[in-house]
Amino acid sequence: MSLLDVTGLSVHAPDGRALVRDLSFSIGPGDRLGLIGESGSGKSLTALAVMGLLPPGMTASGSVLLDAPGLPATEVIGAPARRLNQLRGRAATVVFQEPLTALDPLMRVGRQVAEPLRRRRGLRGAALREAAVAALAEVRLGEPERIARAYPHEISGGQRQRVAIAMALACEPALLIADEPTTALDVSVQADVLSLLASLISARGMALLFITHDLAVVAGVTDRVVVLRDGAAVESGTVRDIVTAPREPYTRDLVASARVFDEALSRRKP
Amino acid sequence: MSAVIQAPIRPAVRRRRPVTLAVGCVLAGVIVAVAVVSLFWLPYPPSDVSGGRLAGPGAGHLLGTDKLGRDLLTQLMIGARIALAVGCGSIALGGILGVAAGLAAGFATRWLDDTIAAALDILIAFPVLLVAMLLVAARGASLSSAIVAIGLGSSAIVARLTRVLVKRILAQDFVTAARTSGTSWPRIVLEHVLPNIWPTLVVNLALQLGVAVLAEASLSYLGLGAPPPNESWGRMLQEAQATVLTAPLGAIAPGVLLILLVIGVNLIADGLRDVADPTRRRSR
Repeated sequence: MSLLDVTGLSVHAPDGRALVRDLSFSIGPGDRLGLIGESGSGKSLTALAVMGLLPPGMTASGSVLLDAPGLPATEVIGAPARRLNQLRGRAATVVFQEPLTALDPLMRVGRQVAEPLRRRRGLRGAALREAAVAALAEVRLGEPERIARAYPHEISGGQRQRVAIAMALACEPALLIADEPTTALDVSVQADVLSLLASLISARGMALLFITHDLAVVAGVTDRVVVLRDGAAVESGTVRDIVTAPREPYTRDLVASARVFDEALSRRKP
Repeated sequence: MSAVIQAPIRPAVRRRRPVTLAVGCVLAGVIVAVAVVSLFWLPYPPSDVSGGRLAGPGAGHLLGTDKLGRDLLTQLMIGARIALAVGCGSIALGGILGVAAGLAAGFATRWLDDTIAAALDILIAFPVLLVAMLLVAARGASLSSAIVAIGLGSSAIVARLTRVLVKRILAQDFVTAARTSGTSWPRIVLEHVLPNIWPTLVVNLALQLGVAVLAEASLSYLGLGAPPPNESWGRMLQEAQATVLTAPLGAIAPGVLLILLVIGVNLIADGLRDVADPTRRRSR
């Protein structure tokens, strides 16, 4: 039985263009799936379609079945808003690409992390504040008390993304969707955030849908990959198969470019 | 425990703005103080005409009397009360109506939003004076007529601003992020939308307060404002018009108070922006 079952998902723009075409994949509890493709290939729209949060005017067809433990199995497409709201956060939640805009600029970081904790665990007052600081410490933020009192513009990009991850984890979702969570970060910070994400997810047994344009990034985090191009899946399989024996020309290009980059790096450090 | 971590996160330096805020508060504060005092004590009863007509400033009447022999200082003090009552009342009305309509439009479906936007444009094009005349014709000149007329006028401006601000906030990632974690709409409005539009809104409301005070004076000048004994600065100006050359103080005094109040309110508006918006609290 799977946690998320996407079958024949298509997303259409208001003018009728198909932005995602006949996409199918499934994620079981604790699974990690990478969704890889260049910008404009429909990765992020897929994530939003899974949450039932497509931008106004866009329509989804096909089937997105979310079946999280403790929640009724729900067909997301066409589900009423109230039902979706119960699902969001608990069944699945999203970490976005740009942590600066994904945090409310006028709310202290501690309060933003506290919000899902309040809702999910029913904490109030001092207990809630402590839990928020603990959540910040858990994503390995130094001086969590200070960060909790800061506004988002007062901390660094890497710290902001850790806060965003803390907020998502505070929802205790069965499935975490990470939409290019490291793209906006420096390369050195990227690696830290990736390993943090991977360890926190395995510690909690969460499933992961990892969206990226970077094969090298996804290879270290997920077990399986779906390669997306112009809204359609061109290839899917285990990371090992895709990297060692890509069948499609497009995938071969992706792998080759990741290789070139890798070799350039290894040549530089003798 | 938290005593260890006392490194200030932001520099506490805020130089220029607090000065404008402080000056604004002093100017407006003087008028507010005068209005408050007028509630408990007046130099003379409002309709006392014992001082003789157009007496100059002196011991008995600090600022002299008007053409009917009423004490000028007494009238000015009552006028402060009226200016503030109409100003604050109409801004409260305009703010509540405007924010509600703006929120509704910001969240509404396309056609409803278009309808509200068109209605607002018409309302903004509608002169406040015309609204006031219609209202006075319908229910007579009174304090509440002036408040309603000016409040309606400012509500349209506030609503249009709110609508744009709400739409901008709703398009932000952090709203989408809040929705992906299952936050309900009412909570998103309270926690994210209102706090984020508030800094801009509060500055606009303060500016509108200045405009409302001037509008009240204009209405009273034209005889559409609060009737006696609610002495308004606008009507004092109108009454002093005929004798402005022989007794200039009767026109100058209400004019100066009006200017002080409006400047004070505008300075407060300017200073408030930074207090309300933490992202701007940085030294330059």
